[in-house]
Amino acid sequence: MSLVSISGLHKHFGTNHVLKGIDLQVEQGDVIALIGRSGSGKSTLLRTINGLESIDEGELVVDGTALHHGEGDLRALRQKVGMVFQQFNLFPHLTAGQNVMLAPTVVKKLSKKETEDIAKEMLLKVGLSDKFHAFPDQLSGGQQQRVAIARALAMRPKVMLCDEITSALDPELVNEVLAVVQQLAAEGMTLIMVTHEMRFARDVGNKLIFMHHGRIHESGDPRIILADPQTPELANFTRAVM
Amino acid sequence: MFVQFTTWDIVRNLLEGGKWTLALSLIAFVLGGTAGLLVLFLRMARNRVAQALAKGYIELFQGTPLLMQLFIVFFGLPLAGIDVSPWLAAALGLTLFTSAYLAEIWRGCVESVPRGQWEASASLALGFTQQMRHVILPQALRVAIAPTVGFSVQVVKGTAVTSIIGFTELTKTGSMLANATFQPFLVFGLVAAGYFALCYPLSLYAKSLERKFHVAR
Repeated sequence: MSLVSISGLHKHFGTNHVLKGIDLQVEQGDVIALIGRSGSGKSTLLRTINGLESIDEGELVVDGTALHHGEGDLRALRQKVGMVFQQFNLFPHLTAGQNVMLAPTVVKKLSKKETEDIAKEMLLKVGLSDKFHAFPDQLSGGQQQRVAIARALAMRPKVMLCDEITSALDPELVNEVLAVVQQLAAEGMTLIMVTHEMRFARDVGNKLIFMHHGRIHESGDPRIILADPQTPELANFTRAVM
Repeated sequence: MFVQFTTWDIVRNLLEGGKWTLALSLIAFVLGGTAGLLVLFLRMARNRVAQALAKGYIELFQGTPLLMQLFIVFFGLPLAGIDVSPWLAAALGLTLFTSAYLAEIWRGCVESVPRGQWEASASLALGFTQQMRHVILPQALRVAIAPTVGFSVQVVKGTAVTSIIGFTELTKTGSMLANATFQPFLVFGLVAAGYFALCYPLSLYAKSLERKFHVAR
């Protein structure tokens, strides 16, 4: 059974039909890049996977936890799905270490010792073990985003969602964040990322999904479909961004 | 029979009344703040009924004069068979008034916390109360301190209205002294000075807090 299984998913914002029947299977260890023009529904699709957007129709199952039409246990679902945002969204009143420790402490009710160990382990993984006591505003954008990744990893999610996580970064800071993501992929983490980094999508992803007008317009191995798009829409898109 | 009042007698009596003004202000502020936090949680809750109740409560108290609220507590509760002293009516009325205003002030502060903070904490599987307690309120608090201290000035001045239902605080003491001494200008001048002495430091404090947190951002 797939790790993430989406079937017949529809989503409206008022009269705007944003997702028009999405079917998607994500297997353990998949690294999926979601691409498409703005307004194509790619971010909305990503956000439905951890319940930040409700579902109007269809079904979503993550590792056995189901969500039908927006009903279901969101918190159980969210423990399995980590998310990293474009704007980092670190908690500014907490240090990097405390940011990582918060959810294991209050959601999983782990002891201080255990959560501290987790935080140290995760900060080490993203190369920031020396920043445990730094506040977010003392860190660069790239460092903040890496703390955000460590924070999501601390809940030991089955799948990580990345919503344009390098779009708010200065160009010279993009690579340090992508390097962390690449390392996660290499370790077998299941990743679904909305991205504009086409080269990264091609080099690291094993599946590419091109969204267009609320539907999955074309999908497949990124090396193949980016080199040889089957639809004029994807051909236009790749010409515009690559 | 005619009692002579020296200026010291007037001041001494006013200080006695001022004590009650201070006590009433503190009680209204502490209890009103506690109740206000409760109203705030209802107002921010995802449950629509709770939201509507809190909103109605806030609008009711913001849309009617404090004096009417006191009259309703003071004259209304006895109709329901509950006897209330002016002291109790004043404390209860001001507490309700304060809770509604503080809930609304704090709601503004909570809403000033960026949406990304809610989303990030939600995506980490925190529940509403956990989000509020660990993520949202600590950030809203920084913004809230200055307007909250600023509002405490309104509470202190609001206590003057309770003189009308017969609670003997600073203003009521002043009225009685004015009637007895035939020196209303002197007496009410001193009364005003008393309020100013309570409120001005609070205003200054609110301003300094505002500056401090403004710089810290």
